[in-house]
Amino acid sequence: MDTAKLEFFRGTLDVLILKSLAWGPLHGYAITNLIRRQSDEALLLEEGTLYPALWRLENKGLLDAEWGLSENNRKAKFYRLNADGRRQLRHEVRTWEAYAAAVAKVLGATQPPVPEEIA
Amino acid sequence: MNPTPFWRRYARILGADPAADVQDELTFHLQAKIDDLVVQGWSPAAARQEAERQFGDFRAVQRIGVRIGESMERRKRLQDYWTDSVQDVRYTFRTLRRDPGFTAISILILALAIGANIAVFSVVNTLLLRPLPFTESSQLVWIAPKPTACGLSCATYSADAYEEFRERSRVYQGVTGYMAFTTPDNMRLTGRGEPEPATSFEVVGDFFQVLGVQPAMGRLFTQEESRGPHPIALLSNAYWRRQFASDPAIVGKAVELNGTPITIVGVLPDSFDFGAVFSPGAKVDLFTPLDLNLEHDWGNIVTFIGRLKPGATLAQALDDADRVAPSMYFNVKYPDTLGRYKGDLIPVSLKDYVTGKLRRSLIALWCAVGAILLIAGVNLSNLLLARAVARAKEFAVRGALGASRGRIVRQLLMESLVLSSAGAVLGLGLAMMLIAWLAHQGSVALPLLSSLRIDGQAIGWTVLVAFFTAIIFGLLPGLRIASGNLQEMLKDSGPGAGLGRKHERVRAALVIFEVALACVLLVSAGLLLRSFMKVLDVDLGFQPERAASIKVDYDDTAPNYEASEAKRGEIFQQIIARVSALPGVEAAGISDYLPLGPNREWDTPVPQGKIFQPGELPDPLVYVITPGFVRAMGIHLRGRDFTWSDGPGSERVVLINASAARVYWPGEDAVGKILMRDKEEDHVVGVVDDVHEETVEGGTGSQIYYPATQQGPSGAQLVIRTSLPPATLASSVLRALRELNPKQPSAEFRPIQTIVDRAVSPRRFFMLLVAAFAGLGLLLAALGIYGVISYSVTQQAQAIGIRMALGASVGHVRRRVLAGTLRLAIAGLALGTFLAFAVSQLISSLLFATSFWDLPTYLGMAIALLFVAAASGYIPARRASGVNPMEVLRSH
Repeated sequence: MDTAKLEFFRGTLDVLILKSLAWGPLHGYAITNLIRRQSDEALLLEEGTLYPALWRLENKGLLDAEWGLSENNRKAKFYRLNADGRRQLRHEVRTWEAYAAAVAKVLGATQPPVPEEIA
Repeated sequence: MNPTPFWRRYARILGADPAADVQDELTFHLQAKIDDLVVQGWSPAAARQEAERQFGDFRAVQRIGVRIGESMERRKRLQDYWTDSVQDVRYTFRTLRRDPGFTAISILILALAIGANIAVFSVVNTLLLRPLPFTESSQLVWIAPKPTACGLSCATYSADAYEEFRERSRVYQGVTGYMAFTTPDNMRLTGRGEPEPATSFEVVGDFFQVLGVQPAMGRLFTQEESRGPHPIALLSNAYWRRQFASDPAIVGKAVELNGTPITIVGVLPDSFDFGAVFSPGAKVDLFTPLDLNLEHDWGNIVTFIGRLKPGATLAQALDDADRVAPSMYFNVKYPDTLGRYKGDLIPVSLKDYVTGKLRRSLIALWCAVGAILLIAGVNLSNLLLARAVARAKEFAVRGALGASRGRIVRQLLMESLVLSSAGAVLGLGLAMMLIAWLAHQGSVALPLLSSLRIDGQAIGWTVLVAFFTAIIFGLLPGLRIASGNLQEMLKDSGPGAGLGRKHERVRAALVIFEVALACVLLVSAGLLLRSFMKVLDVDLGFQPERAASIKVDYDDTAPNYEASEAKRGEIFQQIIARVSALPGVEAAGISDYLPLGPNREWDTPVPQGKIFQPGELPDPLVYVITPGFVRAMGIHLRGRDFTWSDGPGSERVVLINASAARVYWPGEDAVGKILMRDKEEDHVVGVVDDVHEETVEGGTGSQIYYPATQQGPSGAQLVIRTSLPPATLASSVLRALRELNPKQPSAEFRPIQTIVDRAVSPRRFFMLLVAAFAGLGLLLAALGIYGVISYSVTQQAQAIGIRMALGASVGHVRRRVLAGTLRLAIAGLALGTFLAFAVSQLISSLLFATSFWDLPTYLGMAIALLFVAAASGYIPARRASGVNPMEVLRSH
């Protein structure tokens, strides 16, 4: 599959960010790396688009942000999931799974649906 | 994550900087990427290029970041402010609860002042600011000649003039009018039990269409319905509810008016109140179409109301009227009446016609409540200052604990805001009661009064006033506290401390200012009161005391004019004989119109044998009366009254008033002279005093009285003069009238005094309001004086104690305190007299026969003020003399 063509729609990016932060606070660059590595390099995002999504989530109160020092001692802004963010993550994961399952069912069908009975 | 680096800890010292934060964050991203790429073997330059490529549009992202960052920052600041404010409010409530006396007094003062302001604003808004309750009411104009001495007849137009004006005018969407000569209870509703009196106005067919009034039920009249007789009527909403119990199927039903069946075609909406706009204080029950065909020979009877085309101006309307006037006849049958209305068609906006006369009074009233608000604000400012000194230590401690001056000023402002909000809520309640009461003052002849209410605008005004008050009385104490040296305050600020004395000077200045304002109010109220008394003293030309009137129903229909006159004479003679025989009745008589009400003129009589230039002779007002009326009304007569033998066949006789006699026969005795009306000779048999025909305050013109047995009256008002209180006769008079005529409706038996009261009611209304506000101002000023003196006595308790220990007598101490009080009062009085002198010139147009420097008023004001000041200083003075020297010395 051509990895470059896997584009994000907004909702997907939000849930991926929330998920990346589930293991602990990260700065923006680490989040891009994490998403890339977790998806086996399949999901490549234009890195700039990450930040507006992060700030929106922060603005909505799902993330807390704090300045700190990165691994190589540079000042970096770290994001952390708060309680609201965790709840939102659980909710979005469920929605996403239900959606994916439904799409999979349709795509995996081997025969046309049984005609509906007329009551 | 590593601990917060030190520079971030102080990042907020200089305030947040979202743009720098975004820049830092994104730069870090690129730098980290470049580092990684370099580790993978890229050259630094290529790595930077690759990092930027992978990042995408750096600037666009940065812009979004700055925007989001700023909005978050704003929210955070708001949140901080909110948290602080909530803290302030909670603290304020605690402080105010600790001092319930102060809190209650301040809220009460504020409630009175703000309540008065809201009520007056509502009145001003209803009468002056709000447009009339019609669609596009700014297009409506009232067309009338310049005011003259001949009453309604010179303020109206003939039916022919109306037709011509309507036909030829080009600036109007519609021209309409109503019959001006309508008296209350002019109709008799029969066929439903006892005959009931009703007031009906005749209007031109498209009257409601021109005003833009939609019927609540049924239909309106059409223009065709004012040509020829149409027995139809529209009901006012109030009458429909009262008389017909809100009958939902009323449309199409017939009622009997004056014995004629009439079909009800519709009900007008509740929002339309004819009386409120065109005839203040009158209730109008129904409307019938004015029959223009029938009214051609009746002279000037129609008022003109026009609706201008969109964009047309009053100046254009005036030009247009000047163009039309030369082709207007008074009566097309008489060619020489062509052009009679030249220069007599002056359009003014309907709004101006209705409320223009009241503008000055209302503005004066508005200023009066503004002064009240200022006095209340100064008072509160004073109270807060006194408290602030007492709380100096509290603020000093808060300051020492890190509260900034801004925060302390904010805290003080919050306190005044809480107080003024509470005052505003209470004041709104007071204003609502006052407004509800005012709206039901049917006896006050002010337009639109019934539509008074507290609306959204009034509430907006309340908020504005409450806020403004809070600022004026909260800021001064706040600033004074903030400017003081907080450390100084921490030290015991005992009596005679520098700061305390400085405060006292400010407080004294404030008291002098509020006393001066109270002076201005008192002088204004005094001048208005004097004017009102002068108005009551006016010689009206008749004696209203112990006289009363009732509208009499009679039927004089007869085959011809002479027979009708004879029949009417007989009926009137019977009525008067019967009523005169009632115990307590001293005199009785009938007139078709009463003074201080509607009136009319007929033509221009000429004294026999004299030549006058056209326009030189007046058109006298006409009253058609019976023998006995002059005596019943208490009008002084020289010559003889009419008698019942002045009948249809005998010599024509008239009475004229003194003004007319002076014009017709200057320097001669008018009695016995002859007035010519065309070929008819009228013998003047008596001269009566001038009667105030329209207003109590205005002058009088020429008047002429005809006997009801020789001329046709339009209606009959029976006037009786009695030795008993008039009200006690009401039922026996009505019974006597019913015996003679079973159709006599139970019309109102009105003491003549109520007619006079009604005529002076607007003046009384304004005078009472201004007087009430002056009283309130005086009370507040007294409170202010009391507060300052009482406080200074407390502060000087030690000094007083020492003085008493050294032998000062009780009287001496009291005199000292009282002298301090009077010094303040006299300073206020001096400033106030000066201000009042300036202000009273502004209201001189509201005065009647009273000079704006009326000495008794100023003297009365000064005496009242000094008395009140002395009284409010006496209580602290007593307290001062009650100081026990030993105790005071021991406690310090």
